[in-house]
Amino acid sequence: MSERARIAALHLAVIALLFAAQFVLPAYHHGIVSRVMVLAVFAIGYNLVFGYAGMLSLGHAMFFAAGMYGAGLPVYHGGWGIGPAFLFGIACGAVLAAGIGLLALRTSGVAFMIVTMMFGQVAYLLALWFGDWTRGEEGLTIAQDLRVVGPLDLTDPTTRYFVALALFSAALLASLALVRSRFGRTLVAIRENEERTRMLGYDTFRTKLAALTVSGALCAAAGAAYALLFGYMGAGFANVPYSILPLLWVLVGGAATVIGPFVGTLAMFYLTDLSNDLLNRNFPDWDISALGIVGLALVLLILFFPKGVMGTVRARWLPWLP
Amino acid sequence: MAALAGTSNAPLLSTRGLSRSFGGLKAVDGVDFDLPAGEIRAVIGPNGAGKTTFVSLVSGRIAPTAGRIVFDGTDVTRLPAHRRVGLGIAYTFQITSIYAALSVADNVALAAQRSAGGAALKRAVDEALTRVGLRDRASELAGNLAYGHQRLLEVAMGLALKPRLLILDEPTQGLSDAEIDGFVQLVREIAKGATVMLIEHNMAVVMALADRITVMDQGRVIAEGAPDAIRADPAVQAAYLGAPQEAASHG
Repeated sequence: MSERARIAALHLAVIALLFAAQFVLPAYHHGIVSRVMVLAVFAIGYNLVFGYAGMLSLGHAMFFAAGMYGAGLPVYHGGWGIGPAFLFGIACGAVLAAGIGLLALRTSGVAFMIVTMMFGQVAYLLALWFGDWTRGEEGLTIAQDLRVVGPLDLTDPTTRYFVALALFSAALLASLALVRSRFGRTLVAIRENEERTRMLGYDTFRTKLAALTVSGALCAAAGAAYALLFGYMGAGFANVPYSILPLLWVLVGGAATVIGPFVGTLAMFYLTDLSNDLLNRNFPDWDISALGIVGLALVLLILFFPKGVMGTVRARWLPWLP
Repeated sequence: MAALAGTSNAPLLSTRGLSRSFGGLKAVDGVDFDLPAGEIRAVIGPNGAGKTTFVSLVSGRIAPTAGRIVFDGTDVTRLPAHRRVGLGIAYTFQITSIYAALSVADNVALAAQRSAGGAALKRAVDEALTRVGLRDRASELAGNLAYGHQRLLEVAMGLALKPRLLILDEPTQGLSDAEIDGFVQLVREIAKGATVMLIEHNMAVVMALADRITVMDQGRVIAEGAPDAIRADPAVQAAYLGAPQEAASHG
């Protein structure tokens, strides 16, 4: 099998596996996997900028929130249809990312981290400031009758699963095509040696801006889908934890691997879940946060598998893994 | 100014009053420089003379504080570096600057893919690697190459840009004598298709290759001419050998 066919087969197999899982998963896990697929799109968007282009952003929650509010508020306040609202949410994320990029990409390294974090905080505070519209941290619930597109009722778990799968598949295949294209190779070149890449004739600023815009659009697609599928939007999704989480998911799954973001999101979801169970069962009165166990697991992972799950798989067994 | 677009004997590259200061230090100080097409020009001078700053100004890595740069009749003074590469100015780094984590072929492909795709890209990569003799190592990781081979890879990347002006910044630094002989041959080959500007400390290499030599000291051009004339020039000898260094340390 040629390398190209092997890569296509692997990624289509992941999608097929998720399709098949729908029919066998118990209701509880069914719900988790739907959520994981949507959030994995967020991680895929983050991975493009962090994994491939090597830019550590600490403000990506603002793009997720832009999609969430960009899609959710018109539905909630304006009675928009689901389709136009979803597209508008994506557009909000892309435009915001392009605007932030024009300013933030004048910096790099630690300064870029700080600038993106500051913009992220501004976005969070704006969500609180416009509390009359967003209800701040408390958030808004989108009523069931608003979340219907034609024959599709997005509140039905099976429909929800398949819509999430469709979005995830599109994002996964788009990211695969992107990173194997000329554009993707240029991003890696910028990550490895930006000055050299500039002196090979690439407009590195424009390339990075394009990457950030696509990343913003993907993260916004995840945010928009989250609001429309699960019917809730709150300022918490614009806050710092949601800028750190995609970084963790990508690190756990393997930065600069196409499947890594999904693997990392899935692993972290179940790790948090199992930790909670374990703590509740064994130390019912201690009131320990599961985040402690998650943190410990992460420290161990970074110490022993700094490349993340798929990064390690690539380094040890599958050098062709994109 | 002599540099008019289209005239056949206009220099490929010319600078007028080109200057760059870092704080109070004038690293490059009012350089007027003309380089006719097809020439191999060596730029020499003691450490700190401003050679690397000068070629960095030409390639666009840094911006000048004054003066102008004309390439093939076009004023490129304000053009960003990547646009100058597009016009045909290629710069190879003094400190080896390759993509250590990528394969040798991928390194060259990154240089070639702006102008070629698909099968043409593969051919362009093959050709550049063949010219520097690294074709057998195309699939190795660039970071695993021996130092001398990394220098050659750097040149191959420059070649893959299909430059009209190739700037080589101390290309033989750290190479063995045998490698240097091969390198001199390679530059002669390259010069058949491109104008070459060479910063070099190794005088044997300079004398073997250069059609003309430009000598810089303390940011200025102090002499220019054929190799024999430069060798006999008293100002050059003073800059290299006789000048009291304490007077030279402040520009």
